[in-house]
Amino acid sequence: MSARAEGPRGQRHSAGAQLVLRVLQQLPPYRWTQARLVKWGVTGRSAVIAIPYFWLLLFFLIPFLIVLKIAFAQQLNDSPPYSALFELIDGGRSQGWILDAKLYLRGFISLFTEDLYWQAYVNSVKISFISTICCLLVGYPIAYAIARSTTTWRNILLMMVILPFWTSFLLRVYAWIGILKNNGLINNFLMWTGLIDEPIVMLQTDFAIYVGIVYSYLPFMILPLYSNLEKMDLTLLEAAADLGCKPIKAFLKVTLPLSLPGVIAGSMLVFIPVIGEFVIPELLGPSDTLMIGKQLWRVFFTGRDWPMAAAVAVALLLFLVVPIVLLQRAQGAELKGAHR
Amino acid sequence: MATSARPEQKLQPWNDPQAVPYIAIERVTKKFGDFTAVNDVSLKIYKRELFCLLGGSGCGKTTLLRMLAGFEEPSSGKILIDGVDMAGIPPYERPVNMMFQSYALFPHMTVEQNVAFGLKQDRLPKDEINDRVAKMLGQVKLSQFGKRKPHQLSGGQRQRVALARSLVKQPKLLLLDEPLGALDKKLREHTQFELVNLQEQLGVTFVVVTHDQEEAMTLSSRIGVMNLGEIVQVGTPKDIYEYPNSKFVAEFIGNVNMFQGRMIEDLPDRVRIESAELGGTIFVDHGVSSAPDAILSAAVRPEKIIISIDKPPQEDNVARGVVKEIAYMGDMSVYLVQLDSGKVIRITQPNAYRHADDLITWDQAVYVHWHPSSPVVLSE
Repeated sequence: MSARAEGPRGQRHSAGAQLVLRVLQQLPPYRWTQARLVKWGVTGRSAVIAIPYFWLLLFFLIPFLIVLKIAFAQQLNDSPPYSALFELIDGGRSQGWILDAKLYLRGFISLFTEDLYWQAYVNSVKISFISTICCLLVGYPIAYAIARSTTTWRNILLMMVILPFWTSFLLRVYAWIGILKNNGLINNFLMWTGLIDEPIVMLQTDFAIYVGIVYSYLPFMILPLYSNLEKMDLTLLEAAADLGCKPIKAFLKVTLPLSLPGVIAGSMLVFIPVIGEFVIPELLGPSDTLMIGKQLWRVFFTGRDWPMAAAVAVALLLFLVVPIVLLQRAQGAELKGAHR
Repeated sequence: MATSARPEQKLQPWNDPQAVPYIAIERVTKKFGDFTAVNDVSLKIYKRELFCLLGGSGCGKTTLLRMLAGFEEPSSGKILIDGVDMAGIPPYERPVNMMFQSYALFPHMTVEQNVAFGLKQDRLPKDEINDRVAKMLGQVKLSQFGKRKPHQLSGGQRQRVALARSLVKQPKLLLLDEPLGALDKKLREHTQFELVNLQEQLGVTFVVVTHDQEEAMTLSSRIGVMNLGEIVQVGTPKDIYEYPNSKFVAEFIGNVNMFQGRMIEDLPDRVRIESAELGGTIFVDHGVSSAPDAILSAAVRPEKIIISIDKPPQEDNVARGVVKEIAYMGDMSVYLVQLDSGKVIRITQPNAYRHADDLITWDQAVYVHWHPSSPVVLSE
């Protein structure tokens, strides 16, 4: 007999493992457990699929429900600084036990009644939108150049796109302070060349916010665009040229429409996190910048108003569901296109 | 080079010294780094021809086609289309359209938009574009599929969209890169005839690249056989099949039995070759231009050899052997016969009668012979 035996599905186990498996399979607990699991509809496949769902449940849905609970509570000067949602009250002989539920809607109502909040939302969307457009304008040519370069260059360039991630995000934003401030790198250089006499105020302006955001989020735009452009069939461009289309027009008529899923994916990856961005406007922007992330931080830490902060956070999340759904649609479309 | 003499042919443009070629490829060489893809090729293709470039993979046929389309520039040499030197003219300004091997249909456009693409580049009025697209789709029998996207079509339908898209601009020259390569055998045969009909209807000059010799034979007015970047023979399908000018062409096109031998009788109108491989002499009823005592090869096509049980009454072109294999193909049978010399030859016989092959079975001793006009004599 050979040292190796064929497993039930043709996979090979060593003789030792084969023996252990066979013995295990004969033991009652093994068979009993297997029978139970199959009866409940648990197979290897469903168990594997359950892992990400379990992950999302534990680290997304449960925390979200806790935040939602806090959003409907009342602010208290206590620890924790919010009221309980449900209370069991002894109503005495006449009423018995009462489950007393109090939902305070103040947080959500303030979102609409207080200008500060909706202005912060609108401003966040505006900054996010402009940043996304800037990222697209800067990122598309870079992604295009990487996708069309030779294999050796491609790897080097991709490495350079990813390299900044090796430094802390916070450090990189701090570095921009040194570059943008009045006696910083840019101003010193410009004054040394004699182009300007007075330093240009760049730090603590909206410009600094955009620079910071575009710099930090550019890789998220470049990578999906690159992966889209890289797999494009270049004979399509030859076909366009053959049919009388000049290169620029061929780009607009063929390359650009075909890269649309990549454009959408990249834009969403920039737009969604930038809406809630806190660090960049805090460090680089003017102190009165209205952004929802900053507002949230102020209400939570300075105001210690947990229910209000929770309401802001819940509203932000609902607000982002729309672009997230759009993103998934775009990815679905790309997957479908890949099967052509 | 020793070649069999050819019989007179009927008048055709390539035999008319007055005819002006539509495409003139003059000593074109294309190098990629150290690799020579196309080596000193000269070729004349005439109007309304259906010219096939035939060769194995890597023989340079596609590179030659891409130079006609303008995707590659020759390293040296000239290409003239309709008398105009194409040097430096980009693909989008050439009076040429191409059908790509992969079809290269735009996946984000419908069939109609794909076909209309080329016309839109010419800024034609919308009505005319619509008319011509509709007419073209009718011609390739795709009228009801105009609103579909390419991925919703079958392979054969996509092939016809690609054809329609390249023909709708009414190019003077259409280049086709393995046009039928992706189709299955039945559909391929059917499409071959459609392609020829369409070419005759529209009067467009076709240059087709293919590796499939059967396809080249069916389609073309002339074939250019390529090997290692060079054109080794140009001629009508019949020329190429019946009068190959080299062992390479003889072996590349169809099947052939080669018998090496020494010339023992060299007269202007007949030749006799002594061949140890045959175990006898080969008599050829036409003259061969070669040095006496030269070592030559006589090529005999399998269908020109007759297999018989009785000894044929001739001294030349005959050998004895044993049947080793019989393959029944329906319309014909293939016999592999081992001659007494040890050489195995291939013979095909049409199955004209239902039980004709009952006579000859495995391991039977047989005689093979052929007519003196059948062999083609080739030098080494």
